[in-house]
Amino acid sequence: MGIRERLSGNEAIATAMKQINPDVVAAFPITPSTEIPQYFSTFVNNGTVDTEFVAVESEHSAMSACIGSEAAGARTMTATSANGLSLMWEMIYIASSLRLPIVMSLVNRAVSGPLNIHNDHSDAMGARDSGWIQLFSENNQEAYDNFIMANRIAEHEDVLLPLMVCQDGFITSHSIENIELIEDDKVKNFVGKYEPKHYLLNDKEPMAIGPLDLQAYLFEHKRQQAEAMKNAKKVILEVSKDFEKMTGRKYGLFEEYKMEDAEVAIVCMNSTAGTAKFTADKLRSNGIKAGVVKIRVFRPFPTTEVAEALKNLKAVAILDKSDSLNAAGGALYEDVVAGLYQGKLNVPAVNYIYGIGGRDTKPDDLEKVYNDLLEIAKAGKVENPYRYLGVRGDN
Amino acid sequence: MNKLVEIRWHGRGGQGAKTASLLLADAAFNTGKYIQGFPEYGPERMGAPITAYNRISDEPITVHSNIYEPDYVVVVDDTLLESVNVTAGLKESGAIVINTTKDDEYLKKALNGYNGAIYKIDARKISIDTLGKYFPNTPMLAAIVKVSGIMSDEEFLNDMIGSFKHKFAKKPEVIDGNMKALEVSLKEVKKVK
Repeated sequence: MGIRERLSGNEAIATAMKQINPDVVAAFPITPSTEIPQYFSTFVNNGTVDTEFVAVESEHSAMSACIGSEAAGARTMTATSANGLSLMWEMIYIASSLRLPIVMSLVNRAVSGPLNIHNDHSDAMGARDSGWIQLFSENNQEAYDNFIMANRIAEHEDVLLPLMVCQDGFITSHSIENIELIEDDKVKNFVGKYEPKHYLLNDKEPMAIGPLDLQAYLFEHKRQQAEAMKNAKKVILEVSKDFEKMTGRKYGLFEEYKMEDAEVAIVCMNSTAGTAKFTADKLRSNGIKAGVVKIRVFRPFPTTEVAEALKNLKAVAILDKSDSLNAAGGALYEDVVAGLYQGKLNVPAVNYIYGIGGRDTKPDDLEKVYNDLLEIAKAGKVENPYRYLGVRGDN
Repeated sequence: MNKLVEIRWHGRGGQGAKTASLLLADAAFNTGKYIQGFPEYGPERMGAPITAYNRISDEPITVHSNIYEPDYVVVVDDTLLESVNVTAGLKESGAIVINTTKDDEYLKKALNGYNGAIYKIDARKISIDTLGKYFPNTPMLAAIVKVSGIMSDEEFLNDMIGSFKHKFAKKPEVIDGNMKALEVSLKEVKKVK
């Protein structure tokens, strides 16, 4: 079962795109996601896929082209990073509000400035309220698997929202690792044919898309978007279950690693979760009951489900790879803590901003977090919940 | 072989250290291992010091950080010995492999008292003799395979012929020279006494 391969994260996404063979890909290259449209355009050029590849002159145009083609009724994809997503800004809100299930590979990178091309999550966190579904991926395998599942989720009639699959720039996008690919025909059957109910090129149903929407209706349309985001949770789980039937690989809204008896745990996203698992294993060999909760689905956020997973802990650390610069705490921290509060769960919680601009996150750094948690567990309270990890002059 | 072997490469932009780390990952993958091969990206320019990494294991690898306590270090350009701390964190149970013609006394002094095994190889000579040009990464790839014992010489050579056929599909005339470079290098890498 499956095809044993070794690919970089970018190669994995390009391979998934090739297997899905979408109708349209519109993209503009930007580090570290450049290789995705680069590899994919060779598949177009040599006839491996029959996708219409639109080489645009900017990311704003890339997203505009995606909106046009998806609205017309074509399955559409793109890839970008950081400032590329920034330049798409006004169009990503239009994509979600027009309920267009565009699929994007977002290779996470710091949004400048000053200029930095390395990994953090500031690009994704900026888009967290834009109405896009956001899936995060620990490694190349998960980036690939999430991408294979993306269309089924986004295009579901109870959802109809655009979706971005995130992975860490360079750390996974440029690292060669083992991966198990799915056979082409299985991917094709799993993803299925795209048959939108309503689309612009349907001459039997003339329609307008994106007209003026003022006080009388915009609110209701936003409310519907919010409902679609709620529905997405259920659909993600259904699609993940089908995916497990095909591959044996199980995905939920988040992954619990050694949480059954854990007393302290780290909540984080993307590649750091792998390093946290490695660190938790090391600590467990010394008798420390350490666990990891890896958030896969950040939008919609599994508020009550995550709180439930954390309820027996003596202390929890939430790691944000983006600083919200709000004098309060990172985005993931605030979402997790809101769930604990709503569940009336008094688990001491602390936030660490880490890994900004590609600062490497080592097992030693995460061991320090676990050690801090043991102190917090002993004290039963948190003095300063908004902390930094691995920054000079402030530890 | 240990459960997890970690290797750090030091080279200069343009010498192929990154490519060598990816080829090593490929070769280990083909013998059934779990692998990681990744460069540390900086401002890329010809001649600037660059670092690349490999993890090779019999079990899945979850850690995603750079490597700070490698089992092995490969130095593709000996001019780095005076500007980069190439033995930083290097385990004394491991080894360092250097492309150099410098004498043993110089190497020991340049490595600041590193007590582990030191190996050297004249990758320039081997490359010029076998390929007619200076591509140090092919000899260094063979040297680290020999020193680390990640796989046998036969497994390695059998695998590399396949990799080269794929990599050089458009210039098959260089395959024989590269294979010769590997064979010679497996023999030529010498321990510093």
